[in-house]
Amino acid sequence: MSWLRDRILPVLTVVLAIIALWYAGAIALNAPWAYDKATRTGEQLTVTTLIADTWTQDKPRLPTPDQVVREIWKTTGAMVLKGRGWSKRSLIYHAWVTLSATVVGFGLGGVLGILLAVGIVHNRAMDMSVMPWVIASQTIPILAIAPMVIVVLNAIGVTGLLPKAIISMYLSFFPVVVGMVKGLRSPDRMQIDQMRTWFASRWQTFWKLRLPASMPYLFTSLKVAMAASLVGTIVGELPTGAVAGLGARLLAGSYYGQTIQIWSALIMAALLAAVLVGLIGLLQRITLRRMGMLR
Amino acid sequence: MQDMNQSDAVIRAENLSLTFQTNDGPVHALQDISLTIGKGEFVSFIGPSGCGKTTFLRVMADLEKPTDGTICVNGVTPEQARKSRAYGYVFQAAGLYPWRTIDGNVRLPLEIMGYDKADQAARVKRVLELVDLAGFERKYPWQLSGGMQQRASIARALAFDADILLMDEPFGALDEIVRDHLNEQLLKLWAKTNKTICFVTHSIPEAVYLSTRIVVMSPRPGRITDVIDSPLPAERPLDIRDSKEFLDVAHRVREGLRAGHAYDD
Repeated sequence: MSWLRDRILPVLTVVLAIIALWYAGAIALNAPWAYDKATRTGEQLTVTTLIADTWTQDKPRLPTPDQVVREIWKTTGAMVLKGRGWSKRSLIYHAWVTLSATVVGFGLGGVLGILLAVGIVHNRAMDMSVMPWVIASQTIPILAIAPMVIVVLNAIGVTGLLPKAIISMYLSFFPVVVGMVKGLRSPDRMQIDQMRTWFASRWQTFWKLRLPASMPYLFTSLKVAMAASLVGTIVGELPTGAVAGLGARLLAGSYYGQTIQIWSALIMAALLAAVLVGLIGLLQRITLRRMGMLR
Repeated sequence: MQDMNQSDAVIRAENLSLTFQTNDGPVHALQDISLTIGKGEFVSFIGPSGCGKTTFLRVMADLEKPTDGTICVNGVTPEQARKSRAYGYVFQAAGLYPWRTIDGNVRLPLEIMGYDKADQAARVKRVLELVDLAGFERKYPWQLSGGMQQRASIARALAFDADILLMDEPFGALDEIVRDHLNEQLLKLWAKTNKTICFVTHSIPEAVYLSTRIVVMSPRPGRITDVIDSPLPAERPLDIRDSKEFLDVAHRVREGLRAGHAYDD
């Protein structure tokens, strides 16, 4: 019972508050269009008809949660039931396109980030020379270079998933580098001295001390990197005339003023991010428990 | 004790000096230290902070390089001694790895030094019994008290074949009751293993209780002001600390500390 009171109730309260605000926002934002229509048809709007109208418009400025949920169901579950789950009109298909590029980009970014961090920690020249570039790379707006990456790779015949994965990697390697450098340097002076007294090689110090010590840092940065990966992929789908993926879905929706479609793609992206970050969290718990670092 | 021959000397320092260059000018951490420590001795280094006692221990361990003078450990340079794993070093903090069990922590230096698996297991079992931690092999460090963690770290320093044990205020962070207990155990352990122990402390009773010889040091510059041979017998129950001999030695240590310590700053 206390579990219900301490954990479920607060979450539920916040969710309900957000939904209430959302419906109220829909009334405020969609009311001008409702008045517009009413003026043209000469209708007189009562409070009830006004609210009913703002919550059921075809192209509302702010669609209501139930409109978005219905749209998501229409493009996912309902299509699966009809056996058309992989149709180009299905959100599952678009989510899968984005997911696959995100996972590949995240994998590449993670590996690149870890390798750079190992180099930075072990090599003074790399420490001095690479880190400024790593930081500079993140000051460039991703929107500015995403089209260039796509165009350049296209010119050499690389199309499809990989260009998007590379943009996603560009965003996701950064938190991993920063977190991993901190993690690999987390052993204190005493622990390093101790390794010296045993005449341990650098390799042994790395495997037996630095790497295990960095694990909590690694997982924290991987969570950030996963979210960044997803953003990178969606950005990679936006400016390139891509026809598939959540980014393409967002763009198509905004071309045709299909706000409900935009919001359903957004919610889908958010769900995807939540699941992916949750998976990393699970992996973190399992790993740290097996290492005995979770009490 | 003082006129031992060359082969008996485990540590021999002659006119050893170490100066750190800092932004505020040079700091003379050690100046003109000459000391010979024989096999099987238990030598304590005592003095106020900044007297160089820890620095001297770190020089023996090749964690610092002297700027002048010579020092031999087991007849060779500290670097060679370190590379031949001639000593075990116990730091002030236990420094156990949280991701390793007690067994895994004690095993760590053995893995690094390439002992085979069966030998590792036998040694871990032996040293854990030696420090009274048998049965705690599968526990993680956080499941143990501070005193037990420090015992595990001593076991780790004993696990490989080093006949020198360098201890840098190993019980400094523990409360007095635990400290008394561990002091008693350390003496038994020293008697059983016949190691040469260099022990840094800032507790007068601890130094007098444990040592066969007490080296009193003072700061600015770090130097030796007195070396006291303990008249206490090898067998030392805790209540020996109320005996006249004990109090006499403690008094002399205190005098040495007072003489060396400049209170003018």
